[in-house]
Amino acid sequence: MTALDVPLQQPVADAAWHRLSPRMLLIHPILELGRALPALVGIFFAGSGHDSGHYWTLGAAGLVMLYSLTRWFTTRLQVTEQSVTLRHGLVRRRTVTTSRDRIRTVDLTSHLLHRALGLARVVIGTGTNDRKGRGGLVLDGLTVGVARRLRDDLLHPVRAQAPAAAPPVELARLDRHWIGYAPFTLSGVITGVVIWGLFWRIQGESRIDLLRKGPLREVTDWFTARSTGTAVVVLVAAAVVFVAVTSTVGYVLAFWNFRLARHPSGTLEVTRGLLTTRATSIERRRLAGVHLSAPLPLRWVHATRTTAVATGLRTGRGSERGGEVLLPPAPAHVATAVATDVLDGTAAVSVALHRHPRAARRRRMIRSAVGATVLAAAGVLSAVLADTTWPLVPAAVALAAAVPIGLDRYANLGHARADGYLVTQFGSLVRRRSVLAESAVVGWTLRTTFLQRRQGLTTLVATTAAGAQGYPVLDLAGDDAVALADAVTPGLFTGLVHAPAAHRATAR
Amino acid sequence: MTTPEAAAAPARLRAPANLVSRRARAYWAVRALPLWVVVAAAEVVVLLATDASATAVTTVVAVSAAVALAHLLVMPQWRYRVHRWELTETAVYTQAGWFRQERRIAPITRIQTVDTVRGPIEQLFGLANVTVTTASARGPILVHALDLAVAERLVATLTDRAQLDGGDGT
Repeated sequence: MTALDVPLQQPVADAAWHRLSPRMLLIHPILELGRALPALVGIFFAGSGHDSGHYWTLGAAGLVMLYSLTRWFTTRLQVTEQSVTLRHGLVRRRTVTTSRDRIRTVDLTSHLLHRALGLARVVIGTGTNDRKGRGGLVLDGLTVGVARRLRDDLLHPVRAQAPAAAPPVELARLDRHWIGYAPFTLSGVITGVVIWGLFWRIQGESRIDLLRKGPLREVTDWFTARSTGTAVVVLVAAAVVFVAVTSTVGYVLAFWNFRLARHPSGTLEVTRGLLTTRATSIERRRLAGVHLSAPLPLRWVHATRTTAVATGLRTGRGSERGGEVLLPPAPAHVATAVATDVLDGTAAVSVALHRHPRAARRRRMIRSAVGATVLAAAGVLSAVLADTTWPLVPAAVALAAAVPIGLDRYANLGHARADGYLVTQFGSLVRRRSVLAESAVVGWTLRTTFLQRRQGLTTLVATTAAGAQGYPVLDLAGDDAVALADAVTPGLFTGLVHAPAAHRATAR
Repeated sequence: MTTPEAAAAPARLRAPANLVSRRARAYWAVRALPLWVVVAAAEVVVLLATDASATAVTTVVAVSAAVALAHLLVMPQWRYRVHRWELTETAVYTQAGWFRQERRIAPITRIQTVDTVRGPIEQLFGLANVTVTTASARGPILVHALDLAVAERLVATLTDRAQLDGGDGT
């Protein structure tokens, strides 16, 4: 049995079973040892009392490495004209079969060890699987050449017949100036919060006051010697620098060598990454739209991030991990151009939006004011309880920001229809604009709270199998919501709407 | 393309035609009961432990009894008025909730699965829930507290119509 070295372009009619690349025999032990490290450390300390303690540790490490090798020996892959089948497992044997026409995405990832050995991890996404968090078919790993051929074979089986296939057309590539936008994405804040949380956990569990040890002690001493004002200014400056630096590092790691290209068959290919390289393919018929989102700081510098709304791609927090990036945070005009290009030149990406009724503005303002009041109250309360003044600063900031944020949220609120796409936009701290193909809408939710009903407003959610699964149009006039839904999915409301005769016109 | 205003005449969506089972009201009341039993138990423990005065005890018991009674009487009626469903030629349409109300509608052609769920209390009342899923994780349509016979008929009709359509419903 060979390591999948047959040319895969030809329809693989013979149902041969292939192994993964034997080079994985070098990688598995290292990764598995890393995973088992906590347990090994435990064994090391547990056995350190005896003379033979270290042999126990070595023995356990050896077992772990041996076990890791079984992964390679037990994994078999079969590619036929109809399906892809993966068999793996030593104790519990699993066979996963996916029909070829259900394959929606093929994702190639190579971390550093992979890259050193010329390997790639292939994830075959089938839509529904991904959504339930079970992942698709994972082949870890194939040699890069085989992985690419497998991808091409799975996504464009016809290409074998077309002899001189045109090369992919490049739609975008990383402009190094864009790295300057990294600090404005605030992605470093998450890193900061994680480190902060880790610090307090270590502090809590070890019962050692880390602030009184080593170099940190000098830092705390320095701060205690300064006035509160200086300390706050220095702390804020340090936080800003930290976020800027980690955001930039994160940006470079994620988006170095970024390239978006369109395959002649219409499939989009995204490749990116400095240390871990990723190559994601999105079939055109799986692409239901695009999503442009910009946190407030990114909007200040007229930039935005662009992601694909596609079936079979994971979405959620950390869009860099989701495998759905269409463009790194980049200038807004570039993002708009690329998004338009990706959706075959539709005007929907940049179309002017319909405003929502004045009641929607009142609702944005009230919600913003209530949120700010709660934050301010919390600030005042903690100031009183802790007998300090600094929590009053964020409280004041929250109150001062309430009105601008409310107004901005209303200014950003809107929807439109263009070229068979439904466009919806909302948000202020993060402004999101979604462009969703109307043919991808599989249903509607019309949501009203008690207060919304009193103001005659309805939030209309277009449900879809792609991306976030549901895209809301916030606070429409009730009748407009129905009219919009009816226009997007004609005939759905047949027999469910009252005759328009005795009804006021909603034209604005 | 056109604006939504021009694309369709102003339209007011009517509520779905069918009410849920009459027994649903009793069922909802019974299902809310354990919550108040827990609250009552917590109150008894606290009042015994803190050695409270007689007036405090009467006030707390009276207030919570009033709230419980109001909840158990009003909530089922309110929900019974809101919870509705309808199956048209083209769509499944439901309305649910009480403070926050939701109307959900999905084309029959996009239906992927139809399930019936009956919990123990529901079986006691002869009720069944029908869940209609589409390809979207956000859009399952739930029809609560139907008479068993009605639910079975609904499921039969839906599976019958949905399988006429090919494709994977995305």
